Amino acid sequence: MSDTGHDHHEELGFWRKYVFSVDHKVIGIQYSVTGLLFLLFGFSLMMLMRWQLAYPGQPLPILGGLFGPTRMPGGIMTPDFYNQLGAMHGTIMVFLGVVPLAVGGFGNFVVPLQIGAPDMAFPRMNMMSYWLYFVGGVVMFGSFFLPEGPAQSGWTSYPPLSNLASEGQTWWLVGMLFLIFSSLLGAVNFITTIIQLRADGLTFFRMPFFVWAQFVTSFLLLLAFPPLQAAGTFQLMDRLAGTSFFMPEGLVVSGQVQELAGGGSPILWQHLFWFLAHPEVYVLVLPAMGIVAEVIANNTRKPLWGYKSMVYATVFLGFMSFIVWAHHMYLTGMGTAMSSFFQTTTMIISIPSVVILTALILSLWGGSIRFTTPMLFALAFLPMFGIGGLTGLPLGLSAPDIHLHDTYYVIGHFHYVVAPGTIFALFAGIYYWYPKATGRQMSSFLGKLHFWPSFIFINGIFAPMLIQGMAGMQRRLYDGGMIYGHSQDVLHWHKVISFCAWGLFLAQIPFIINFFGSLRKPKEAGNNPWQATTLEWAAPSPPPHGNFATEPVVYRDPYEYSHPDHGEDYLPQFQPDAVAAKSA
Amino acid sequence: MSSVIPYTVEKRPDTGLNNVKIGIWLFLASEVMLFGALFGGYILLRVGSTEWPHGSDFGLSVPLAFVNTLVLISSSVTMVMAWASLMRKDTRKYKIYMFLTVLGGVGFMVIKSIEYSAKFSHHYYPETHNFLALYFTLTGLHALHVVAGMVVNAYLLWPGFKMWETNPQQFTNRVESAGLFWHFVDLVWIFLFPVLYLL
Repeated sequence: MSDTGHDHHEELGFWRKYVFSVDHKVIGIQYSVTGLLFLLFGFSLMMLMRWQLAYPGQPLPILGGLFGPTRMPGGIMTPDFYNQLGAMHGTIMVFLGVVPLAVGGFGNFVVPLQIGAPDMAFPRMNMMSYWLYFVGGVVMFGSFFLPEGPAQSGWTSYPPLSNLASEGQTWWLVGMLFLIFSSLLGAVNFITTIIQLRADGLTFFRMPFFVWAQFVTSFLLLLAFPPLQAAGTFQLMDRLAGTSFFMPEGLVVSGQVQELAGGGSPILWQHLFWFLAHPEVYVLVLPAMGIVAEVIANNTRKPLWGYKSMVYATVFLGFMSFIVWAHHMYLTGMGTAMSSFFQTTTMIISIPSVVILTALILSLWGGSIRFTTPMLFALAFLPMFGIGGLTGLPLGLSAPDIHLHDTYYVIGHFHYVVAPGTIFALFAGIYYWYPKATGRQMSSFLGKLHFWPSFIFINGIFAPMLIQGMAGMQRRLYDGGMIYGHSQDVLHWHKVISFCAWGLFLAQIPFIINFFGSLRKPKEAGNNPWQATTLEWAAPSPPPHGNFATEPVVYRDPYEYSHPDHGEDYLPQFQPDAVAAKSA
Repeated sequence: MSSVIPYTVEKRPDTGLNNVKIGIWLFLASEVMLFGALFGGYILLRVGSTEWPHGSDFGLSVPLAFVNTLVLISSSVTMVMAWASLMRKDTRKYKIYMFLTVLGGVGFMVIKSIEYSAKFSHHYYPETHNFLALYFTLTGLHALHVVAGMVVNAYLLWPGFKMWETNPQQFTNRVESAGLFWHFVDLVWIFLFPVLYLL
């Protein structure tokens, strides 16, 4: 790479400009669109499962014939297919949908702009990160076309079940290895970019909260994913080389004693998996909090309440997230000393989350709130994430967890965090930064038509799950059979949930129309349509290659809204004091 | 404004580092977590077993592994010398030392493959026992890292060397980064040797 003196802009061809681009904005949009498609795909898997849950053993109308005799003979879903849908729903939503959109998409597009950088620190590595993710996605998607179907041992892939599962599990592991490499490259890139490429005057405590959130998230990805890589390697060895890392001695499967060396531990997988997967929860949540903070500051027209406390809380949260993982494993029969330790750390980690959420809620106090579409989604995030967090407390304590762990309560809990929590925040981000990415505003009417039904239906999905779970209804079952005997009082909720899920799909149609339809509008958004204060709004919309017309300089804190000595109600970070004084 | 990324070669004044230096250290931090988890697996399986074999039970040879340790440590030394020669702008010595470094990697792999084939000829496979499963997985992943390091070093020795003409500072930084990775690979072996052969 001889980048000395190559300053002239040669016109790039189609492939270099839109497909194999090294521009962080193009890569961010690639990540976002791919992530959104996977979100829709993962959601479709769930809509199929909801039919089986609402109408067990009945043929699926209209679509039932499409899936062939091995998956849905006569339109009736087989248990194996149900398990495959469940495993792949979780995998796709987390690893191919939310994280790529939140980190790969928003992180890539927004972070360099918000810190005033021309691009990411390692642009070609950035491109490689996207394409590794893409290959991982193709492998995961391709596994659906295997004769025996994709992975079916849950998104957690617990052995020995996963070791014995069909070939799809091997594809799952290979796909995961690609995704891990991808996120490793991304994490290195983000951290380096944030440390090195901040604009003149942008000290760490002048960074927008979103950048802080991405900064901590990147450390989680960097340090938490490799143990899953180790675990994946172990499991691949178990499946392909016949080792016994996760296989105990004398394991009996279908009445047959397995001929293995034995001596392995299924619990080892759980430790390594959750060592990743708990920090992963914060990978899902922190970028969402970052987006919500940006949107709230902008739409309340006042500075964030307790910006520094939020930053400290985020960093503390990042540290703590590495020592809480075994609260997912209370049912493995760990000793009381272990579970006491992990429930203590779990209670401690709830504190920084509460600090951040409280600061965001207090930020609303006394603001002159603009109820724009992004603000609606950001406002909905607050109570939804609140419910998700509070319902997690009983699960963090080992005694109530024993009752609740294998029930729909857990599903309701974490979906409140991730779906109406994180995904709503991601929608807020899309509506908020769409004008920056395209130069065009999305329709506010369609936005509201997207928001209100989504908000109602999504609660119709997850609130009943909490009720079902507290009544003891078990999760992950194709058809409860005898176990449903004690769930008769709450079984009827399955129909409500399913209809809400299908309704939620219909509620996304205005968004899809809005997302693509708005591209045909004229580019009239201007540089700063929301009258915001952070650096990305100093660049043209959409920003050209290299981002800023002149190198930006930062003069003040990120959220100087409604400054008493200033005429307008916003004072951007990039506005020199002389100009500020003149207009005052 | 141009789209040239700042601080790829020169240091940023307030952090005192260039981008590549931060990038390679972050990458190594992630590698520490990878091998940390692999060693964690070793510890958990070992303490969970009723009896744990010694490496010699499967014919692991301490002298051979000791020689391999020396080979790898020597190649780490020559790697530093290669970088130091570049700092003194002595490209002739750089090429000699870098060649020795690559040669050290080759030597390590040759000895490793002798060891592997000895295991196979005794019908010791990964599925034979969890000790061997760990042995093959850990040394196998380490060997992959050795090969990766050799590829990078060979690139910097032959085709990549032409950058020295256009941008000596950046080339020296590259050699330094490759060196950091090579030392890390060496360090992993320093842990693997006692864990698998001695303990």
